[in-house]
Amino acid sequence: MTPLLRVEGPACPLGMANVDTDQLIPARFMKTPREQGYGRFLLHDLRFDDRGDPVAGFPLNLPGAQASRILVARRNFGGGSSREAAVYALVDFGIRCVIAPSFGDIFVANAGNNGLLPARVDETDCEDLLERLAGTPREMCVNLETRTITLENLTYTFGIDPGLRHKLMNGWDDIDLTARYGDEIAAFVRRDRRLRPWAEPGAPTEGKR
Amino acid sequence: MACITSNTKFCLSVNPAAVDGMSPRTLFDKVWHSHEIVHGEEGGSLLWVDRHFVHEGSFHAFDRLAQRESPVARPDLTFAVADHYVPTRNRSDGIADPEIRSVVDRLYRNTRRHGIRLFGLEDPRQGIVHVLGPEQGLTLPGLLTVCGDSHTSTHGAFGGVAFGIGASEVAHVLATQTLWQRKPRRMRMTITGSLAPGSTAKDIALTWISRLGADGARGYAIEYAGDTVTSLSMEGRMTLCNLSIEGGARCGMVAPDAVTFDYLRGRPWAPSGDAFDRACQAWRALATDAEAEFDREVTLDAGDIVPTVTWGTSPEDALPVDGRLPDPTRARDSATAEHIADALSYMGLRPGQRITDITIDRVFIGSCTNARIEDLEAAASILRGRRSRVPGMVSPGSTLVKRQAEARGLDVVFRSAGLDWVDSGCSMCVAMNGDLLPPGERCASTTNRNFKGRQGPGGRTHLMSPVMVAAAAVTGHLSDVRPLLPDRETA
Repeated sequence: MTPLLRVEGPACPLGMANVDTDQLIPARFMKTPREQGYGRFLLHDLRFDDRGDPVAGFPLNLPGAQASRILVARRNFGGGSSREAAVYALVDFGIRCVIAPSFGDIFVANAGNNGLLPARVDETDCEDLLERLAGTPREMCVNLETRTITLENLTYTFGIDPGLRHKLMNGWDDIDLTARYGDEIAAFVRRDRRLRPWAEPGAPTEGKR
Repeated sequence: MACITSNTKFCLSVNPAAVDGMSPRTLFDKVWHSHEIVHGEEGGSLLWVDRHFVHEGSFHAFDRLAQRESPVARPDLTFAVADHYVPTRNRSDGIADPEIRSVVDRLYRNTRRHGIRLFGLEDPRQGIVHVLGPEQGLTLPGLLTVCGDSHTSTHGAFGGVAFGIGASEVAHVLATQTLWQRKPRRMRMTITGSLAPGSTAKDIALTWISRLGADGARGYAIEYAGDTVTSLSMEGRMTLCNLSIEGGARCGMVAPDAVTFDYLRGRPWAPSGDAFDRACQAWRALATDAEAEFDREVTLDAGDIVPTVTWGTSPEDALPVDGRLPDPTRARDSATAEHIADALSYMGLRPGQRITDITIDRVFIGSCTNARIEDLEAAASILRGRRSRVPGMVSPGSTLVKRQAEARGLDVVFRSAGLDWVDSGCSMCVAMNGDLLPPGERCASTTNRNFKGRQGPGGRTHLMSPVMVAAAAVTGHLSDVRPLLPDRETA
């Protein structure tokens, strides 16, 4: 993954709480091979009407919003289903950072594995940002090194898990990291077989049914 | 979460299993620590995974594995289930939709290539992964179980740590049988007293989520405790743990006890004979120590829990069935007002409307939340000898549950009521397999999510227990099940 140090570009206000992953990408699109791109599915059923026309006034349909790099939303962004396709939709659309007061746990892990920065801000800062962005996307800068958000002459700080921050800043891949722990894993398995002999499934028995 | 800050590895500490018994610990602590291979300095731990369930939707993860040309580290600990995309009718005709067929085919190909056991469409044990795992004895106390599905929290009902993961994490587990995780905080939810007739585990869950919020337990591992919980069957405990994620929790768990052991004894993959008895001894020791501390304590009185339904577009939008819909003009803040107004508009409802005045178009009984044999029995107890006023379908949690229900004549009850009795799968809970709620229709559903479009674009979902869905079916509107209960029978 490409290291991520800062995200600069238009920030789009999405003044909604509980934007669950079913909204970020409706289930029916997840059969699509990733190579075809998931950006067009982002928030599909909120962004487009039954005929497939853009819903007037929806934030991502505002002039200039197509180029958004940052989304600002209310609490519990990305809750619900574990579908990583929700992150694919954001990333393929061009979003590299979501700012919100809180995120679903699984969403945060998925974001970290796809170079998307989940930046946690206070409720009051979030409301302030939404107010300042109201009506139109504006240029913003999110700096992961300093954990700051800059909008015009204003600066806000954000929170992020330190491990996730390092991972994003270095563009690490977990499988490569874990490969270095082969000895520890092997030692664990030897010890564990003694400590928890019931943990590995044997051959199935006839069973009750 | 990765803990490394350079190209070398450091920040190791010894597996804390070696220091067992030093200080009082919770059930969660004990299970977590017994799986910790590496403890990172930034709080991330490398954990061993005992059971990894995959399904059709896991194809993104298999693709990642293929890109790296990586083998599956432990196919013997990996179990595949066809549930999300499978049709629930006319299976012998194959899958008509080419896109859906291709996703199911990929699971067959990927599992064959890597030597992973698959419970496929033709398997008599096929079912929803979170029903099948426990049913087969693959789910046990003290295990760490993951799956690329958020309702993996269900398996915690047996006293293990179980949680949903994303596709990249699925690929990581396939490649290494381990996972980086930051340890969640610990919450104990103590529920005491007797549940009144008509109130169920579903109502407990909807009640706490409505009080704490859909992110009220975010960052926590919940241990459900108290006499209300220990009195629940395994089915009830699974419903409770299943819905942990709807309150934002990382996982939910219940300490293993005699109810757990009775359920597991004789299951195909559970230990057998003396090994089972020895395992039970070890499992008993997992219970939270008397002096152990939690980061947060929440208490609920079962006597306050009444039949509950959701009215909006988040599981936190839940109210007792005798309530009235909220009014955005009386909300505590503008964000809440916006949410209420938006949810009412999507759901086609009015502020102040009586919940029991909401008429429905359809019912659905199914999903990993409420499609086990006890759930079907409960719904049938209300439908027996009655007709549903609306169309609907019943999709059992597994093919074994289906056979069990048929042996008890429940299929006849559902069919006589006018409902469709179909095959097992995620069905209309995920709307990705052909079963879906038509736009604008309103469904009383035993599922777990009332998100916009969850059961189909434009569909309107009201979540409730199986008996409450049955009550809605026979009256044609959201209804209090209590007057319809058979004599004094607790559903």
